[in-house]
Amino acid sequence: MASHSAVLSMSRLLSPFRGGLLGNPTKVFGTTLTSHRNKTLLTGDNIPPPAKYGGRHTVTLIPGDGIGPELLNHVREVFRFSCVPVDFEVVHVNSALETDSDMDNAITAIRRNGVALKGNIETKHTLPPSVKSRNNVLRTSLDLYANVMHCQSLPGVQTRHKNIDIIIIRENTEGEYSSLEHESVSGVVECLKIITRNNSLRIADYAFRLAREKGRRRVTAVHKANIMKLGDGLFLQCCREVASGYPEITFDSMIVDNTTMQLVSKPQQFDVMVMPNLYGNVVSNVCAGLVGGPGLVPGANYGQAYAVFETATRNTGKSIADKNIANPTAMLLASCMMLDHLQLYDYASLIRNAVLTTMNETRLHTADLGGQGTTSEVVQSIMRIIQSKGQLISEF
Amino acid sequence: MAGSLWRSTLSQVVGWVRRSSIQSSVSRRGMQTVTLIPGDGIGPEISAAVIKIFEAAKVPVKWEERNVTAIKGPGGRWMIPPDAKESMDRSKIGLKGPLKTPIAAGHPSMNLLLRKTFDLYANVRPCISIEGYKTPYTDVDLVTIRENTEGEYSGIEHVIVDGVVQSIKLITEKASKRIAEYAFEYARNNQRNSVTAVHKANIMRMSDGLFLRKCREVAENFKDIKFTEMYLDTVCLNMVQDPTQFDVLVMPNLYGDILSDLCAGLIGGLGVTPSGNIGANGVAIFESVHGTAPDIAGLDLANPTALLLSAVMMLRHMGLHPHADKIQTACFDTIRDKKFLTKDLGGNAKCSEFKIAVLMTWTAGSTVIPMLIALLLLGSRTRISVFLISGPFYRETKHVDVSVLSPHS
Repeated sequence: MASHSAVLSMSRLLSPFRGGLLGNPTKVFGTTLTSHRNKTLLTGDNIPPPAKYGGRHTVTLIPGDGIGPELLNHVREVFRFSCVPVDFEVVHVNSALETDSDMDNAITAIRRNGVALKGNIETKHTLPPSVKSRNNVLRTSLDLYANVMHCQSLPGVQTRHKNIDIIIIRENTEGEYSSLEHESVSGVVECLKIITRNNSLRIADYAFRLAREKGRRRVTAVHKANIMKLGDGLFLQCCREVASGYPEITFDSMIVDNTTMQLVSKPQQFDVMVMPNLYGNVVSNVCAGLVGGPGLVPGANYGQAYAVFETATRNTGKSIADKNIANPTAMLLASCMMLDHLQLYDYASLIRNAVLTTMNETRLHTADLGGQGTTSEVVQSIMRIIQSKGQLISEF
Repeated sequence: MAGSLWRSTLSQVVGWVRRSSIQSSVSRRGMQTVTLIPGDGIGPEISAAVIKIFEAAKVPVKWEERNVTAIKGPGGRWMIPPDAKESMDRSKIGLKGPLKTPIAAGHPSMNLLLRKTFDLYANVRPCISIEGYKTPYTDVDLVTIRENTEGEYSGIEHVIVDGVVQSIKLITEKASKRIAEYAFEYARNNQRNSVTAVHKANIMRMSDGLFLRKCREVAENFKDIKFTEMYLDTVCLNMVQDPTQFDVLVMPNLYGDILSDLCAGLIGGLGVTPSGNIGANGVAIFESVHGTAPDIAGLDLANPTALLLSAVMMLRHMGLHPHADKIQTACFDTIRDKKFLTKDLGGNAKCSEFKIAVLMTWTAGSTVIPMLIALLLLGSRTRISVFLISGPFYRETKHVDVSVLSPHS
């Protein structure tokens, strides 16, 4: 920050020479200082990694409810153990309150830091309709328009289907989750589903760029345009428009009920899938179930300027909270995705490899995968593997 | 020459089955009328198969065939032809094959039109694993009951400004109460233990909240049945991991659409899943839920199982349980024996062959020897007569030895 203002004041001093031989110093200095932005991953496209204070990143941490707090504690433990240069700014959100001040604080913190790691905030649906789902409020306020989830079969996990490798991209801000409802007459409720051209184009563009970057061959749009002709019809049309700009990627579409049927019989046929909000919810949960359950898959929400990482299926897990039986894999892999986003690739691979080794080779599984291990045992095993790798890496 | 020989053989065999059947003959007065809508694509051929099987099983049903292509009525509104409506109102029971649903065409979906005309408010889809047709999921035994008239499929959509479309999801108290009541009554009548309401009330607080409230209210009157509520995403997650934990599921329209197809996928696809629609005035239409499959229409490759099992559901609804059990057993046995499976089930038999195989399961022991002799006399070189012989034996012998005449039954 200080260096930036120094450059700017310098440029003001040198401005009389702008037209002359020196050229524009802001432009010259500016490019050098900000060149690291151009090297970001596509998934972090348009999002500059947050400024580093003393070489350490600050990330907002929202513990949430249920199993969120304990899993995020384990994440911090692993980060501390591995000397990851990330500091967490913890913001608590009390889901029982009806006021929004907690949520506002959390959103401000994320705006400040640019990146967040969160557990799921419970939505008590007995509260009046004016109290919206807090997770939804977070996503719409920060315009986190793309929810990305990568489902991969893990060799160490016993499932009915093998060789699944699907990337699901779900529109995260509009669609059925617009929370616009009204009771026109007592006993008759209308809920609006909004589909806009801009958001549909945006998510389709994101999907195709991601597919191209990852070398994927096929993108499938999931819709119900035979019934919702205008709404999903618009979504499909936008996807087709964007697809025409990516000739090397095959584009096809499938109706959502057929999609779920195909997913439970032959999931290997899918590559990348893009869809509106509610279908994304259904399909991502089906895929998570197919690869082994909610404890395994991490999810990421990307926006123009912010990124929030969480477990893919966003479960609160109230029934298993504080019992030391929750599966920490999803949250740890989400934190690795976060480290990738912050460009701390070495730390990310270190932790990710340790998690996957515990899962696939050591086969230490928690109860949801049919094993006997507790959460702490799994985390200890992960830390042991990290230690055995030797290096406690320092940056550059 | 073999073809005409085959046809005469068949008619003789079927006649023999009828004459030597030990069932009492049904009087003409006991016949119930059922409106049959063959549908498009493979509809006509699978309907023909079902009619044939019903005839052979001597089910007291008289078919009235009708067509339901949309026509524009007075006032410009689309409606089904009046003769179809009149027939259905009279008979109250219908069996429907697949109807085409065009994407972005001029008139609304035919299925939607039928639903609106007869106020078919409940779609019931029992999903039971078929023994003999292996899928990764075994022991599935659940029923999805889906609200069929409103919800996300209200069809109310408009373009607010260019590039912004609004679809309206409608939930009413009356419809929610009606479907909840039907679900609990169904559970009670079919000896089911629990009903689960599927919703997304955390996001759609008012609409799904209303649905949930009505379900809770109705549950109060059915204390013998356990009532639970579960989020849609949790149901999807658990369904693909362990479907045995679910019993009866009741839900609004869109979730029902997705979940019922998900459950159909668990047991083997739409080609083997029955479905029934219950209407407000006692009208019930049973249908096969698969598509029209225009690519295999007319080629005798279609699988009639779905329509057949829906017809069995219809018979149970009508109270004709012995006939229903008989046809269902025959169908399941044919699938279990795996000799005449159609392409979608992994075999390469034709639709008509599958149908014959089902018919053949009913030959009682006393008819075996005369039938065998008749067929052998006609020559055993054609493939068709080989499998006709093997029909009664396939449960006992794995291979066919046409020289052996010892009767098994």
